[in-house]
Amino acid sequence: MSEYILEMKQISKNFSGVKALSDVNFKVEKGEIHCLIGENGAGKSTLMKVLSGVYPYGSYDGDILYEGNVQQFNKISDSVKTGIVIIYQELALFPDLTVYENIFAGNEVKNGGIVDWNKTIAEAKKMLNKVKLDVNPDTLIKDLGVGKRQLVEIAKALSKDVKLLILDEPTAALNEDDSENLLELLRELKNQGITCIMISHKLKEVISIADKATVLRDGQTICTLDAAKGEINESTIIKNMVGRAIEDIYPKREKQAFGGKILELYNWSAYDPQLGRQVVKNVDLHVKKGEIVGIAGLMGSGRTELALSIFGNAKSYKVEGDLVIAGISKMLKHPSDAIKAGIAYVTEDRKGDGLFLIQDIKSNISAANLKGISSNGMINDNEEIKIADHYKKSLTIKASSLEQLVGNLSGGNQQKVSLGKWLFVGPKLLILDEPTRGIDVGAKFEIYTVMNELIKQGMSIIMISSELGEVLGMSDRVYVMAQGEIKGELSIDEANQENIMQLATQ
Amino acid sequence: MSLYKEAKTLISENIRDYGMYIALFVIILTFSFMTDGLFMSSRNISNLLDSAGYIAVLAVGMTLVIVIRHIDLSVGYVAGFLGAIAAILLTQAGVSMYITIPIILILGIVVGLFNGFLVAQIGIPSFVATLAGMLIFRGALLQVTEKTGTIIIQDDKFNAIGNGYIPSLLQVNGLHLLSLIVGLVGILLYIYSEISTRRNKVKYEFEVVSKGIFILKLIFISGIIAYLTWILAGYNGFSWTVMIILLVVIVYHFLTTKTVLGRHIYAVGSNPEAAHLSGMNVKKITYMVFGSMGMLAALSGILFTSRLQSATTTAGTLFELDAIAAAYVGGVSAAGGVGKVTGAIIGAIVMASLSNGMNLLGVGISYQYIIRGGVLALAVIFDVMTRKKR
Repeated sequence: MSEYILEMKQISKNFSGVKALSDVNFKVEKGEIHCLIGENGAGKSTLMKVLSGVYPYGSYDGDILYEGNVQQFNKISDSVKTGIVIIYQELALFPDLTVYENIFAGNEVKNGGIVDWNKTIAEAKKMLNKVKLDVNPDTLIKDLGVGKRQLVEIAKALSKDVKLLILDEPTAALNEDDSENLLELLRELKNQGITCIMISHKLKEVISIADKATVLRDGQTICTLDAAKGEINESTIIKNMVGRAIEDIYPKREKQAFGGKILELYNWSAYDPQLGRQVVKNVDLHVKKGEIVGIAGLMGSGRTELALSIFGNAKSYKVEGDLVIAGISKMLKHPSDAIKAGIAYVTEDRKGDGLFLIQDIKSNISAANLKGISSNGMINDNEEIKIADHYKKSLTIKASSLEQLVGNLSGGNQQKVSLGKWLFVGPKLLILDEPTRGIDVGAKFEIYTVMNELIKQGMSIIMISSELGEVLGMSDRVYVMAQGEIKGELSIDEANQENIMQLATQ
Repeated sequence: MSLYKEAKTLISENIRDYGMYIALFVIILTFSFMTDGLFMSSRNISNLLDSAGYIAVLAVGMTLVIVIRHIDLSVGYVAGFLGAIAAILLTQAGVSMYITIPIILILGIVVGLFNGFLVAQIGIPSFVATLAGMLIFRGALLQVTEKTGTIIIQDDKFNAIGNGYIPSLLQVNGLHLLSLIVGLVGILLYIYSEISTRRNKVKYEFEVVSKGIFILKLIFISGIIAYLTWILAGYNGFSWTVMIILLVVIVYHFLTTKTVLGRHIYAVGSNPEAAHLSGMNVKKITYMVFGSMGMLAALSGILFTSRLQSATTTAGTLFELDAIAAAYVGGVSAAGGVGKVTGAIIGAIVMASLSNGMNLLGVGISYQYIIRGGVLALAVIFDVMTRKKR
């Protein structure tokens, strides 16, 4: 009989009345690589936060058995002491500190309260060797690429005598080489007896590396698949993850004829003076009326930068080339110019730069078009409520009232508020940057339905997305970006996962 | 009974907004009790409001600066320096008051815009930029008053701004008639605006509070205005300082709550990136808020100089910190995006009431600082604790 290093039994967790986890059971055997998979919002991260003590003992129901004992973690350091280390998707490194300082941050090599830097560096070198990272420990983190930073995080975990390593989407931001490298390292660590839980969205990775895979959906354990029994394959995983067939994820829409070109870019380039490099290079692109154009590509491929450069050059790049809107060449110098020209941009990071989290729903919806609810610079509060109510109903925003603060809404509803704000502007071209990131399947379907409705009314949409399924399911035409360039243009009939990925990783 | 219930939920839901009113009420009651009613006497209230004036106008400007996530440390000495310039213009240059005041206000705006330039255009943190301004204007104040020392102002009209009262027209039973009229007009305007807002809401079929609560609220607020008017009318009536504060509050309250500009200010404060991407001009808003701060600093300088009837070498010392304290007591949030003009005024009155009340009781200055510091800390603690979900 195999030995379980971790058993999570009947774990339940509520957030102000909403069940995030209900009776989740999760068992991990010693020395295996166990993948945790599920749609966004399925409860994977919440489960890991319960495990690592981010949510202290007592704030959830159920028991955590680790190495045979019930654990009561009150804070992260409690779980670290027992050898559980979690590495988050957003790496927790200090960019302005060196590699060795980062590896031992919070875990300093001390000699009677005084840091022993020589020993620190020597130890750091050992850890770097273990993760096969060949960099000088003096290097600053900000000078390393994402892939190498990930390895530094793992080195940091190793320095804490990790027994159970948890990785939250470690390869989300990595290119194929770096990802392969990382997976190889995980196999190595497994041979050294380190147990690993990996949250991942990339099914290929899961198939290649997992010994076991547990699927979560809507806060419940659906099943645990075993590679030894040949259960870990794409169709089984998807079926369990989604709980419905792929066809039901993307609402069907009737083919419609497109109108004239609403946006054209010729030889469009953008230089970011802060990064000191070209972020968009010689892009030629067009969007027709009533069309959904997908822009696929990995993170950092210049998709968002392209969108920002179109949207009134919001980040003040040095822009070259021609931008033509509805046949007229334009110079857009500020987002307000872009809005006037009929362009709207729903940002990728809705919490960071999309919404006013401490303001209520109605102020958020009116924010980009205060003219629409005012006369002579004076706001008509009642008109604002009316408009906000209209979007609350038409986009099915679930909230107690229009006065609810946007920061207290779920991701899906926040995204709908964001969408409502830009629809109220009445754009001709809507740029959606990762429109369904971090929101649940139901809300996704609703947003897709709205998109279909909008193009039916003659709007055009540029949809930037990392989710290939979404790109293939929703677009009429696909551009693939990499290194700031358009690497290819595919009609929806010729596009598939393989040729998009091939272009994106060129 | 249901009326009582509704009132209770209303108060508990808006405890954050009502908190400082309740605090002010408690402070007033405590001092009135401890001073056998001397605190609420006509003369004392009149005096209290006049002495709060120059901090109150600063607090209004400071609230907006803090709302857009900045700070202005220069305002104290800017007020002191511009007050001295006003004194010089009035005495040595012999310029009339009606020309002096606009000149000073414009100079204030220029100073504010320069701060705005440093912050918005060059990108210097406002703390540092205005700290430099604080030092510079302290030096400038010393420079212009160095030779003469204190500059005494003989202009009665100018001195009336800080010490005089609006004309009475007629005494009715020893009460100040024009003040009564001003109070009455205030009450009528208040009732009219409330009723028209409610009507409008009903027209759009939006939720409104029940009629009972609505009428209670009208009576309550009108009662307070009436009581204040009656107290002030019992002495010399409304002072010019009070009229100026009222004007500033009404204008700024209107700007921040009813206009597109106000929305932009709060939007920039709650998320500058999102504001930029929503097509707002963040730089322009920064300029305007600092410009307004400069103008109010100039106004504060005028009020203070006029109240002292002279410009001194130390005028403006620590005004900026008093204004910041008043703004925080008034509920502004350091994280930006939250804070009301009415709150700033109440904050300034709370702080002034504390000083005034403790002076009446003969509390030593050392304890006064400690108690005021404690109240500031309590106000912010209360604010943090009640920042609950909506």
